Amino acid sequence: MRNAFCSTLVGFAAKPDFVFLTGDLGFQALEPLREEMGGRFINAGVAEQNMVSVAAGLGKSGLRPWVYSIAPFLYARAFEQIRNDVCLHGIPVVLVGNGGGYGYGVMGGTHHALEDYGVLLSLPSIRAYLPAFDSDVSEIIRHLMETEHPAYLRLGISEQPAWLTPPPFAAWRHLMHGTGPTVAIAGPLAGGILDALHESGISADVWLVSELPIQALPPAFVSNVQRSQYLMVIEEHVRAGSFGQMLAHQLLLAGTAPGRFIHRTALGYVSGRYGSQRFHRAECGLDPASIVNELTGVTVS
Amino acid sequence: MRLTPELLLKARLRLLRMHYESKVGHIGGNLSCLDILMTVYHEALGSLDQFVLSKGHSAGALYVTLWSLGLLSDADLTSFHKDGTRLSGHPPPRSIPEIPFGTGSLGHGLGLAAGLALGKKLKGEGGRLFCLTSDGEWNEGSNWEALTFIRHHRLNITLIVDLNGLQGFGNTCDIADLRPLAAKFRAFRLETLEVVGHDVPSLAEALGHASQGPLAVVATTKKGHGVSFMEDLFEWHYLPLSSESYRQAVRQVTSLCATHSAVLS
Ligand SMILES: [Mg+2]
Repeated sequence: MRNAFCSTLVGFAAKPDFVFLTGDLGFQALEPLREEMGGRFINAGVAEQNMVSVAAGLGKSGLRPWVYSIAPFLYARAFEQIRNDVCLHGIPVVLVGNGGGYGYGVMGGTHHALEDYGVLLSLPSIRAYLPAFDSDVSEIIRHLMETEHPAYLRLGISEQPAWLTPPPFAAWRHLMHGTGPTVAIAGPLAGGILDALHESGISADVWLVSELPIQALPPAFVSNVQRSQYLMVIEEHVRAGSFGQMLAHQLLLAGTAPGRFIHRTALGYVSGRYGSQRFHRAECGLDPASIVNELTGVTVS
Repeated sequence: MRLTPELLLKARLRLLRMHYESKVGHIGGNLSCLDILMTVYHEALGSLDQFVLSKGHSAGALYVTLWSLGLLSDADLTSFHKDGTRLSGHPPPRSIPEIPFGTGSLGHGLGLAAGLALGKKLKGEGGRLFCLTSDGEWNEGSNWEALTFIRHHRLNITLIVDLNGLQGFGNTCDIADLRPLAAKFRAFRLETLEVVGHDVPSLAEALGHASQGPLAVVATTKKGHGVSFMEDLFEWHYLPLSSESYRQAVRQVTSLCATHSAVLS
């Protein structure tokens, strides 16, 4: 997604209020943007706290600052600056975290973003965007160039199946219609899971969620959950502050909780060993094979 | 000078009354920087300039300074620290147009000022940022990040340090000794001036010092300035005023002003 991200932003390089700050990251990815933006591309150095405060100041002066780093270096290191300087003031700073979930793989736990949107969405006025496909990235960027609120963009790696033409970006997208269990997935791991479900012949009803917090549950989703009475939620994020918790809360408030609720989440470091994103997902039961296995033979009323 | 001794006395007495009536502490650190804030607002700030208070615990001195300019009302000050007030104990985000940022957690203001100054630079606008930090606040790593940034980008910022030698739980030199602070700023290649933070003409001159890029003004002050039983005692970082100590403070501040008047005139 980083290339889609950079090439879309290059298209906005001439926008006079657009300012891009990086925490000294972007080698072999952001060079074209640096070329095009000149003085409005700022390498703020390895100093994320200051970078976020500076972005708040830029936003306050009417500019549109985007701040980029490896996800946890931004949301965890500079959390208080995000909280006080950006969110308490409702300044439209766009925080871009690369490597959502286990995206940095064997680089290790310091680089993983397993609690990013959970902690950020506890703050006022911020929204989180989780593109699943490369084509989502450009649509989200277009939207965020005009946003009036702080935003977090969680970049990962697209796993778009060859056969899929993704529907246009929306908070909720109905990716696969089925008569079996209802499945709601947040983030790009949806692509691989969708592909495996497609292959398996399981008639799952699959929804993709790409914007949080949940503003309103789509009526078609709610009626689907009521029909199947079986909901599986999948995301590469720890349980605390997760999409699944938000969704369960909304369903309970609406009096539409399903009979069965399964939640697959990031579980940290199950074996204490490190590996690729695929390795960590498999340890958490987030890999397509585990999901298919869970859903095989599920009967719904 | 627009800032007269009478106006300074009026502000100092209003500050004492506000803290006394609202039964709140932090009076020591407010008295140490009131002369600085009054000088910034009455002598230094131009129409394109902006000010950020990084030592948010001196909100009272900032409110009184804005009051002295007619930007806050007497009723506003009377509501200080009370339920339903706009004037929280630390500067609020959003609710007062003259206060660009809510602060209170230390080590944020200089980075915020840097963003405003960089915004001016990118937009080709004139104007300068003034930012007041405490001295204890230089324990914060984020300040040193911001210092590096403002020097590297040669931003038009005047950084003022209220060097009162005291912080939340003791003397700055006993906690994490930062001396010599001015030399540290110079080592970061910032032009640095040292003044007495209660010597208004010298302060005004330092703050008006024509300079492109960042300037540091290290202002030596006394916590609780003007009130002998408060001066340089860190407990006045927190303590509220009793009726007796309030009356005594008013007397001392008034007589101090008489002395200052003689100096200034
Ligand atoms: Mg101090």
